Order: sequence, then C-alpha cells, then structure tokens
Amino acid sequence: MTQASAPLLAARASQFDDTEQQRGASALGMWVFIATEVLFFGVLFAGYTIGRLRFPEAFAAGGRRTDLLLGSIETGILLSSSCLAALAVRDVQLGGRRSSPWLLLGTAALGAAFLVMHGFEYHSEYEEALIPGLRYHPSGDPPHAMAIFFCLYYFITGFHSLHVAIGVALLSRLAVKAWQGAFSPDYIAPVEVTALYWHLVDIVWIFVYPAVYLVGRSS
Amino acid sequence: MSSTDPGIAAPSYLTAGEPGLAGWLLTHDHKRIGILYAVGITFFFLLGGIAAAMIRINLIEPQGALMSAETYNKAFTFHGVVMVWFFLIPSIPATLGNFLLPLMIGARDVAFPRLNLFSWYLYVGGGLFTIGALLLGGVDTGWTFYTPFSTLFSNSHVVLAVVGVFVVGFSSILTGLNFIVTVHTMRATGMHWFRLPLFVWAMYATSLVMVLATPVLAMTLSLIALERLLGVGIFDPALGGDPLLFQHFFWFYSHPAVYIMVLPAMGVVSELITCGVRRQIFGYRFMAWSMLAIAVIGFMVWGHHMFVAGQSMYAGIVFSILSFVVAVPSAIKVFNWVATLYKGTIDFHAPMLYALGFIGLFMLGGLTGLFLAATALDVNLTDTYFVVAHFHYIMVGGAVMAYLGGIHFWWPKITGRLYPEGPARFAAILMFFGFNLTFFPQYLLGYFGMPRRYHAYPEPFQWLNVLSSAGASILALAYVMPLCYLGWSLVRGRAAGPNPWRATGLEWTVPSPPPKENFALPPVVSEGPYRYRP
Repeated sequence: MTQASAPLLAARASQFDDTEQQRGASALGMWVFIATEVLFFGVLFAGYTIGRLRFPEAFAAGGRRTDLLLGSIETGILLSSSCLAALAVRDVQLGGRRSSPWLLLGTAALGAAFLVMHGFEYHSEYEEALIPGLRYHPSGDPPHAMAIFFCLYYFITGFHSLHVAIGVALLSRLAVKAWQGAFSPDYIAPVEVTALYWHLVDIVWIFVYPAVYLVGRSS
Repeated sequence: MSSTDPGIAAPSYLTAGEPGLAGWLLTHDHKRIGILYAVGITFFFLLGGIAAAMIRINLIEPQGALMSAETYNKAFTFHGVVMVWFFLIPSIPATLGNFLLPLMIGARDVAFPRLNLFSWYLYVGGGLFTIGALLLGGVDTGWTFYTPFSTLFSNSHVVLAVVGVFVVGFSSILTGLNFIVTVHTMRATGMHWFRLPLFVWAMYATSLVMVLATPVLAMTLSLIALERLLGVGIFDPALGGDPLLFQHFFWFYSHPAVYIMVLPAMGVVSELITCGVRRQIFGYRFMAWSMLAIAVIGFMVWGHHMFVAGQSMYAGIVFSILSFVVAVPSAIKVFNWVATLYKGTIDFHAPMLYALGFIGLFMLGGLTGLFLAATALDVNLTDTYFVVAHFHYIMVGGAVMAYLGGIHFWWPKITGRLYPEGPARFAAILMFFGFNLTFFPQYLLGYFGMPRRYHAYPEPFQWLNVLSSAGASILALAYVMPLCYLGWSLVRGRAAGPNPWRATGLEWTVPSPPPKENFALPPVVSEGPYRYRP
C-alpha cells in the first residue's frame, strides 16, 4: 500500500534495509513460487503421461479432435506477449518512462486475446459434445479412455487459463502504475516479478501445446 | 525513537500498534501472527483430541462402546484430517517459526508480512470448510481419501473436506515461501549460513518440503473433487482410470509431510538440548546437512506406503532401500544429541524433559519405521495397529512433545512471563507415561494382528485396548494441564527478563516480550549460535 502513495521513497517496505534487499527478496519469492507452480502443473502432466502410456490410441484420437489452427495462433500470441513483457522490463531498467506502460498494456491485451480464443475453442468443443461430465457424446472413438484425455485437457488448459487471467489483471494494474510513473531503475521489482510470472505461464503453454495439439497428429 | 536511546525500552509487540481486535486481525507483525496461529492450532488440537477421545472410548468394548461403524469411520477421519493438516503441519513452523525465525536471524520481520497474514486467513478459511463438512455429517474416507472409495462409493461430504485441505495447503505453501526468502535475504550482518541456529535450518528444510510437496496434494485433491462432481474417471478403474496413480500422488505429498512435522521438532530439540546441558551442539554441520538430507531423501520414499497396494516388486525393493537410507540422517541427529548430552550437567527443567522425551519416543518410532520399511515384515504388519503406533510415536511422541517443549522454552520470550516450573515438569513426565501407555499396547495389538480402522475387534484384544484407552485419559490430562498453568502464568506469572535460560541465541538479546521492531539497532553477528562450553 505504501508503494502506491509515495513512489520513490516509500517504495521500500519497512522490513527491508534497502531497495536492493527488497528487490532480491521479491525476485527470489517469485522463483520459489514458480518452483511451486512447476509442481502444480507437474501433477497434471504426470497424469497425462500415465494416461497416454495406458491409452495411446484414445489419447491420439482425442488430440486430433482439438482445434490445431486456434491452438497454433494462441501459441504465437502467448510467445509474442512474453516478448513484450521482456521489453517492458528492459525499458524500465534503462529508465524509460514512455514505452513501458504501452508494452505492459500490450502484454495484457495479448493475454486477453488468448483467453477469448480459448473461449471459442471451449465453445466449439461444447457444440461437438466433447466435455466429459457436462456434454459428452463422442462419435466413433473409445469413449471412456478419450474422456480421460479430455478431462485432463480441460483441467490443464483451464488451470493454465486461470493463470493467464490472473496475469492479465496484474499486468493491467502494472500498466496503470507505469503510466503514473511509479517505476524507475531503483524500483523495478513489481515489473520484474510479474514478467517472470508471465514467462512461466508462457513456458507451461510450450509444454501444453505439443502434448495436446500436436502429438496425436504426428502419425 | 528507541534506536537513538536504547536506554528507554520500546513498547512490546503486545502493546504497540493498533489497539483491540483489529490490531491483531490486521497485523503484519510476525510475532502477532505467530500468536494467531497458536490460538488456531490449539482450537483444532482440542477438536481433533475430542475425536481421538471418542475413538478410544469406543474401543474399550470389543463390540464398540460408543459408535456405529459409520460414525466410527467419520470420527477417525475427522481426527486424522484435523490433526494432520490443521494441527501438526502448521504447529511448529507457523507458531514458533513465525515468532522466532526473524528474531533468530536478526531481522525486523519476515520478507512478506502481508502474505504472512494472508496465510493465516487461508488457514482459518480452510478450517471453516472442514468444520462445515463435519457439521453437515462428516467424511468417512480416512484422512487419505483413497480412491475409488472417496470418488465412487462414499456418500459423505468429501468435496467440502477436500476444499478445506486444498485451501489450508496454500497457507502452508505461502508460509514456506516466506521462510525460504526470509532466510536467504533477511539475515543480519555476519549471520552466515553456518552461524544459523539449527531451528532456522529446520525451518528452511521444512519450507523446501512445504513448497515442493504441497502443490501435488492440492492438484490431486482437486482431481478427486472433479471426479466426484463431474463423474469422470482419472482414478476410477470402472471408467478406465488408475487408483494406484492416486496413491502415488497422495503419498508423494503425504510422506514428505511427515518431515514437515518432524523436521521442525528436530530444530526445537536442538535448541532445547544445547541450552539445557549448556554445551555446543555436537557436529553442527552434520546436524544442518542431515536436515537437508532428510528433506531431499524424504521425497524419494513414498512408495513404502504402497508395498501391498500393487506396485511392482522392483519398485517395492527400491522404495524399501531408500526408506532405510532416510533413517541414516535421522540417526545422525539422534547420535549427535546424545553426544551433546554425554558427560554434560543436565538441567532437568520442563523444556529439557520434553526434549529428552522426544529423543526416546522418536527413537522408538524411528526404529519401528525400519521394521515397516522391510518389505517382508511389512506384508504382515501393514494396516495393523503396529503402523498406527509407529506414526503416533513420530507425530505425537515426536512432534507434539517438541512443540510443547518449544512453547515452554520460549514462553518467557513470547509472553514476558515465567511459567510455574513444578506443574510443568509434572505435566511433561505425565505426558511421557500417558503417551507410552496409550501407544505401546498398540504395537503389541498390531503385532498380534489387530487391523486398523475397525470399530470392533475380537475379545482377546480387549485388555490391550483398555490399557491404551486408560493411557489416553492420562495423556488428555497431561495436555490440559499446560493450558491451565500457562494461562495462569499469563496473569500471575513472574516477569521473565530478557534471558531467563541464559541462552545464547539472538532472540534472547532483546527484551521479553520483544518490541514491535524486534531490534533497537540491527544486530551484527560474529559467532556461532551455541556459545556454551564445547
């Protein structure tokens, strides 16, 4: 709270000796959080791997029912958004004030676009009755095993989208604060750690994309 | 103000800051948050204790003296869920850890005070869900939530309980994150890693486990909730799922969780023993490294919970060997404590009695753990009372004894008052006897073949069960006693002064109770933590 009211002097919270210590703590905190996140997603990927080993056919068939075009565009969007986030950090590091709000806003906008496109994907899958527990009447393929694929698909992408949504909210708030001139090379931690978080979201997707959209189409 | 004139004492954390309830519920002070946790876990300990009492009363009669089979299932589930997640896991880290960690490393607070308070609210929120599940009729799956029973057959409030555990898991993750960052970045000038008190090392190792294991539990439990709500089958064999996968995920968290409970206890005991015998710890670096070794190897032994569940024989052999391996660093610690005591002049005050009790009970629990790690023997002993006795020796005999020992040791620091030594010693000794009378017969019951989780049993087991229940009533009395005399000392206890034990940690250099800012001037450290005779 103190950070918002008086940007430069009060940027240091009272438990820290100096801003350098605070910056180190923020960055390490985010890295530890990322380690936690890897384990969160790790369970889901482990479940996916086990399911795939047990039902290779059904998982491949399920993968072929996903929307490759949308998935690929989403991948492109997310990767470019991460680039914008990195540029925003660099801009603040170099003391720039003008472009960082726009770069942060751009990152958030691309994240939001990702969410919208994923919404379209979910909707068309609902139309095709591919959502286990809600509307599930797949034609042709072994239904039980493919349901496990779709269950994990929704859980993984849903959990990932939740992360994207949180990221969009954080980035939008940062964009506003950057516009107000809150950040400087001396006070960069919020931008840095949010960008780290955003890269994590991106990297998780780099694993989701081939596992869900590509592998089933390889043969 | 105080930093310019150390002669005038700053107001203590109990009186400084906002007055009234809001000053506590909105505090960012790690010491107040520690107290908030203490209140929370005491409440849950009482709830879990009531369930334990119901179980022991029921088992006095072979046919079950109190409850139907169904109610009995709900009672032991509630006991397990509450004691594991709402008492043992947060007990030492969230109370003593929160209070002491910044003091011991010479910091003003933890790295993220707001997050620290948020963790407490998550803890309370998770607790409300779990109590809600109880009030609506309870859960009957056991604390392990094994599938397919929890997903397919149980018609109790599994989802609600699972949500509670999920939420409290986040509290534990965030506390771990906070501690790791605090130890890395907030140490005072000159406080090198190998000048840290062993309690801090214990908190650090525990935090690593909290941060890396808890997410697995959280996701696994969400998958269970999903299965129940949507009828999909990731773990349900009828729908093509794999119930063993659940057990793997569950124990990937829940075995390391045992180390979340016992590593902090080891940290507390190291502080208590060095001060009680006034000697440096024997083999400081071995003690520090063995904590990390336990945390790391602890991640690789989960399969010993599944020897008879249907995992492959080779997996069983590997997990068995690794379970023997994890006993090595634990044994190093026991030997080093004993070596510290050797030829020392031991002051048998209450904290020391608890610490000595811990060593004895932890050894019995640990050695019987080796029995269970031996696959051939485990086939006979698994799912019997032998297992129940084994883990209660570690969790109750180990972790709870150390927690109470720590509470007594740092009570003067936390409250500024001395507790009455006589009743405290009596309670510690009573607890040791009550505990052994409760749980030693359970080793025998298990060895004779009494399975766990049944509300009734054959006649020949009765005398041992009666002994166990008699012990439980003594144990209950020993647990209520500290509540009474510690409560009394809050009002009537003599003022403690900064260092009643003449101990050497940084926390004893500040007034009791400590001022809000902990240190008037940032401390500079030039020596190790145990400045007693070698």
